[in-house]
Amino acid sequence: MMLELRGVTYRYPSEDFDTLQNLSFSVEEGSFVSIIGVSGCGKSTIFRLINRLLSPAAGEIRVGGRPIAEQRQYCGYMPQRDLLFPWRTVGENLRLPLEIRGGLSRGEMQRRVDETLAEVGLADCGKKYPAELSGGMRQRAAFGRTALTGCPLLLLDEPFSALDFLTRVSMQEWLLGQWERHRQTVLFITHDVEEAIFLSGRILVVDSTPIRSLTEIEVPLPYPRRREMLARPEILQLRERLLDSLRRKVTG
Amino acid sequence: MKRSILNRGNLPALVLVFLLLLGWQGAAMKVNAAYIIPSPTQILARLWELRQPLLAVHLPATMQVTGIGLLISLALGLLLAVAMDSFPLARKALYPIIIASQTIPTTALAPLFVLWFGYGIWSKVLVTVLITFFPIVITVYDGFQSVKTEMVELLATYGATRLQIFCKLKIPAALPSFFSAIKMAVPMSIIGAAIGEWLGSQSGLGYFSRRMMTQLDGAGVFAPIVLLSAVAMLLVAGIGWLEKRLIHWRGEL
Repeated sequence: MMLELRGVTYRYPSEDFDTLQNLSFSVEEGSFVSIIGVSGCGKSTIFRLINRLLSPAAGEIRVGGRPIAEQRQYCGYMPQRDLLFPWRTVGENLRLPLEIRGGLSRGEMQRRVDETLAEVGLADCGKKYPAELSGGMRQRAAFGRTALTGCPLLLLDEPFSALDFLTRVSMQEWLLGQWERHRQTVLFITHDVEEAIFLSGRILVVDSTPIRSLTEIEVPLPYPRRREMLARPEILQLRERLLDSLRRKVTG
Repeated sequence: MKRSILNRGNLPALVLVFLLLLGWQGAAMKVNAAYIIPSPTQILARLWELRQPLLAVHLPATMQVTGIGLLISLALGLLLAVAMDSFPLARKALYPIIIASQTIPTTALAPLFVLWFGYGIWSKVLVTVLITFFPIVITVYDGFQSVKTEMVELLATYGATRLQIFCKLKIPAALPSFFSAIKMAVPMSIIGAAIGEWLGSQSGLGYFSRRMMTQLDGAGVFAPIVLLSAVAMLLVAGIGWLEKRLIHWRGEL
């Protein structure tokens, strides 16, 4: 198992109910798993516990078989907003996780940054500033920066939700291509049912707050995937089922 | 959008200044008492006549006080801003005191500084520092505080130490505030130095202006003040130029 949560409980200091209550789930190595739920249901809290921005009141989180408390740099976190530093060029932004980890020569850092820039299709943009890039390019740069943390577990928190529809669709295909090549373990938060189905092998649905358990749904599609597959009857059915359970949460 | 000639660059301000000067000139010529209200042309003429002592003796003296005062204010201001940003206890202890220190009428205390430090430069430097360090601390501190929590958290997930977060995020993010602080501090430090000299000194433009006052030389009172303003404007313009070259991303954070 790449990631395991065992009986994790968390309550925000300002609230009088638990956001997570005795929650357990796990994610296998090399899989693409989405967590889906309506806004404000506590999806991001799960991420913030995994990347240790919050610490659980009870329970244990393990990454790669070891408790996270004794690890450093075990997960790459990509937030919804790209958060590229405007005073650094795109290349310097990508270098950031390498600089923080330390122990690499300037030349070696530059080599890895150039490699990643080419990988995310921004080979010519290393010397540009983030303000000169489009929304999709910025998001690709942010993904490259996350990948350069070198961590086998990537936490992507609604990375495409701020993009326009067409850019979002092409970014989903791009991300899928990246994952099919490298097979890192990806945990992906979204509130877009279609996005979750298209990308993931398994979907974890948040259907209650406090989150006590996640409903697991296998997506019956093979990789590599194409968008036409979404039109299959069993997928349309799955989509309706997911939408239905989320809608009940919104109205209920 | 079509812009008329009048609307271009600094032209509206220049035209207004010219009109005001014209009004002043007219009024001064009507009153015709240069020891009360000298005309702009009389002041310029006096500035030219006095150029030797003003530029060779008094301007350097004032600039020395301004420079030393500004450097001390910067060092002190940055130190306090960093301390308040890094340690909540320091913030709680210092912030109210720094705000309260601004209610002290520095000009009223300045004669006391002369008593303590004599007629040398240190009494003037102290006045300058007291006036200048406040905007530096507060503006730079606010700059540190304006750094987005999300960005700090992102670096934290990369495993960054507090020092790394400070160097790689806080310093560059606070740079625009730092420049704003300097642009405020430079004219204030010149004012501070001039006030100090006015109250007790043997050289400097403030001292010179006061001496001319005792001689009922109206144009002579104004001449060093015009020179001070010109120097302050030049310095601020220079800093503005430097800022434009260094910070291309203001407002994008």
